[in-house]
Amino acid sequence: MAIALAVLLLSPLFFSGLISKVKAVWGGRRGAPVLQPYYDFFKLLRKGEVISATTTPIFRIAPSIGIAATILALMIVPIPTFGSLISFNGDFALFAYLMGLTKFFTVAAALDTGSSFEGMGASREVTYSTIVETAFLIVIGSLALLTHHVSFDSIFSSVGLISEYTPLVRILLVASLFIMLLAEGSRVPVDDPNTHLELTMIHEVMVLDYSGPDLAFIQYTAALRMTIISTLIANLIVPALAPAIQALLLFGVTMLVTFVAVGGVESLIARSRMSHVPQFLFLMTALSLTAFAVVVFFLYGGR
Amino acid sequence: MKWLETANLRTVRLAEIPNWDLEELAHQTVARVNGGGRLLLFFGEETREGVFVYSLVADDNQSKIFVASSRVTRGMSYKSMTPDIPSAHLFERELFEEFGVEPKGHPWLKPVRYGIPGVNEREDQYEFFSVKGDEAHEVGVGPIHAGVIEPGHFRFSCHGEKIYQLEIKLGFQHRGVQELFIREPFSTIYLEKLAESVAGDTVIGHAGGFARAFESLSGTQVPERAKVIRTIALELERVAIHLGDLSAISGDVAYLTGNSVFGALRTKVINTTMAICGNRFGRGLMKLGGVGFDVTPVLRDKITALVDDLEEDVSLAAEVLFSSSSVLERLEETGVVTKEAARDIGMVGPAARASGVAVDVRSDHPFDGFVLMPVHKLTLPGGDVFARAYIRYIEIQQSFRLIREQLASLSPGGIRSELKGPHPGIFVVSLTEGWRGEIAHAVITDEAGKIRKVKVKDPSFNNWFGLSLAVREEGISDFPLCNKSFNLSYCGFDL
Repeated sequence: MAIALAVLLLSPLFFSGLISKVKAVWGGRRGAPVLQPYYDFFKLLRKGEVISATTTPIFRIAPSIGIAATILALMIVPIPTFGSLISFNGDFALFAYLMGLTKFFTVAAALDTGSSFEGMGASREVTYSTIVETAFLIVIGSLALLTHHVSFDSIFSSVGLISEYTPLVRILLVASLFIMLLAEGSRVPVDDPNTHLELTMIHEVMVLDYSGPDLAFIQYTAALRMTIISTLIANLIVPALAPAIQALLLFGVTMLVTFVAVGGVESLIARSRMSHVPQFLFLMTALSLTAFAVVVFFLYGGR
Repeated sequence: MKWLETANLRTVRLAEIPNWDLEELAHQTVARVNGGGRLLLFFGEETREGVFVYSLVADDNQSKIFVASSRVTRGMSYKSMTPDIPSAHLFERELFEEFGVEPKGHPWLKPVRYGIPGVNEREDQYEFFSVKGDEAHEVGVGPIHAGVIEPGHFRFSCHGEKIYQLEIKLGFQHRGVQELFIREPFSTIYLEKLAESVAGDTVIGHAGGFARAFESLSGTQVPERAKVIRTIALELERVAIHLGDLSAISGDVAYLTGNSVFGALRTKVINTTMAICGNRFGRGLMKLGGVGFDVTPVLRDKITALVDDLEEDVSLAAEVLFSSSSVLERLEETGVVTKEAARDIGMVGPAARASGVAVDVRSDHPFDGFVLMPVHKLTLPGGDVFARAYIRYIEIQQSFRLIREQLASLSPGGIRSELKGPHPGIFVVSLTEGWRGEIAHAVITDEAGKIRKVKVKDPSFNNWFGLSLAVREEGISDFPLCNKSFNLSYCGFDL
């Protein structure tokens, strides 16, 4: 358990590097080493910080709160074959709020700088979050309804055992969570992680004023959030009763495939127009609502 | 009131240019532009006898240029032409800034480059147009930008994500280029290097334009072979920058494939330019009196191979780019400039042609190789980012054909003529279709045959205002994309 958690805590930057590598290969370049994000992380930790004179302590504490809340959120998420470190009824609500808390402080810190760019980024982030967070609760709601459980651990350990309808539900929810992964990870087509153009950014523009260790924390937090969401995806894919070795192998492969897929999406399509992003995010809502409808039909249909 | 009729690169004696009262000059200019002409230049020159204002109006259909002048004094005023012909707005502001000649009734009499001493020369004296309201907000970008680009300030008045108005403040790059042209002591190499440096992305365009102006002034006959080489270089520059722009436009919409492929193709083109003259941007190629490097048979085969090779690659890449729905969603109907607006504000080059305005110096006022080989003017309707991107693609294809034709007509002979000194007391205007559009160099010599005035106009001067129009009512997040689709020069404007 402890080892599994440690591996997950160490892996996020590898996955960021993997996405960059996929894009580089597609673009015909050799690209930076997959471990580059780690080198950057340690470089940033050694650097000094520049802090804008207009900011308040909110700006200082936001990255630390973000990284702490996100690590706590990871502990609630079940790891295939190991389960969750922390589990209680209704823990997914705490999970949602911990993810929300990170975002809240990122947004508050962005507004704290008083920059018009960061204000725009904050406004965009909050607008899109309202769509994604609602859809996420529908995802968990469908699973809770299906399994009659209300904690992450018990939901995911029993979802594979239920019935002939679950493959359909699982496919819909995996697709839904993949969109959430793109949105929360600030990836194409929602955001462009590589642009230098402040006016088009969402996530990157909110953290423009950060430097040094705080920036390292922020980059790590962003990568960890993606890892958490893809762990949820893996939970829906790895069969609950599989032998431990197989389950763990499948878990690893699912994680790799998910991040290669993120890189693939980023290589193949352009980013959406800002005003069309909600349409894409509502696709997540539509998919999770469909899953919800299937669950309702399975439980109550024909009676 | 009769204008003096001339043409691209045809010299006229200064004494022949009609001299009218300033009100009359403005009135006649408005009348001529409204009668189908296009305002080419409207600029002042300070001499011992006072300030002379020259007005140049082009008749594109007949390849003619009409010129007239007026002697004015500082502090004079006249009725502004801008309310009648919006294309005069920047020229009038420039004249006011440089010589204090005030256009009465000008709707937007703001500084162009450095402001008017005592009035608005300091940064904090500049008054931006502002939109007020509870939900209106302003976003200021620059003059220092992210990425390696030139300085310029953009002030957006927005309602949420929507841009109401964009005001562009330039001048941060002012180097006094026009004054440097007349600084003693002259040397050919100094003038060549200076012309190359007017705008770093238009080396061949500006250096060629100035060289042709100088050769006309001195009556130097440039060998045919040199003219052909110049034309090939100009088209190579066009192809290279257009490919780079397609790459950058792809990059701005986060379309990785287009970004990488067009970027790689551009490298092949600029490396070919390097094979000709040793510099990827064509520095050192354009000389007063000819060109500095010959296209040897080996080079000729190399260019032919490049064109054959690239033609297919470019169409393949463009087919993928322009059929990708996620890309089209970003490009289509973004940043529209209507045909009427583009014509009224005097836009030039691919940006104007993408709005359906058929202006192309290569066809309207031909020079060098284009005199004997007419160029078909390409236009697209739409005026959106898509049109500005797509016209680059079809212009690249056209340039490939032109390069082939020029290579075929490469006749034996010298590449450089002996340069004579300029004749005294004459005036010439040299128009060039650079990749960005019409480049104008107006050059005047004094009684001793020395250059006493060089007026440079980069196409950016015409087109910056088009960008302001394009982004109105557009999402602020699409501004960078619109900006890239114009790809205007800061230093070419600031001079």
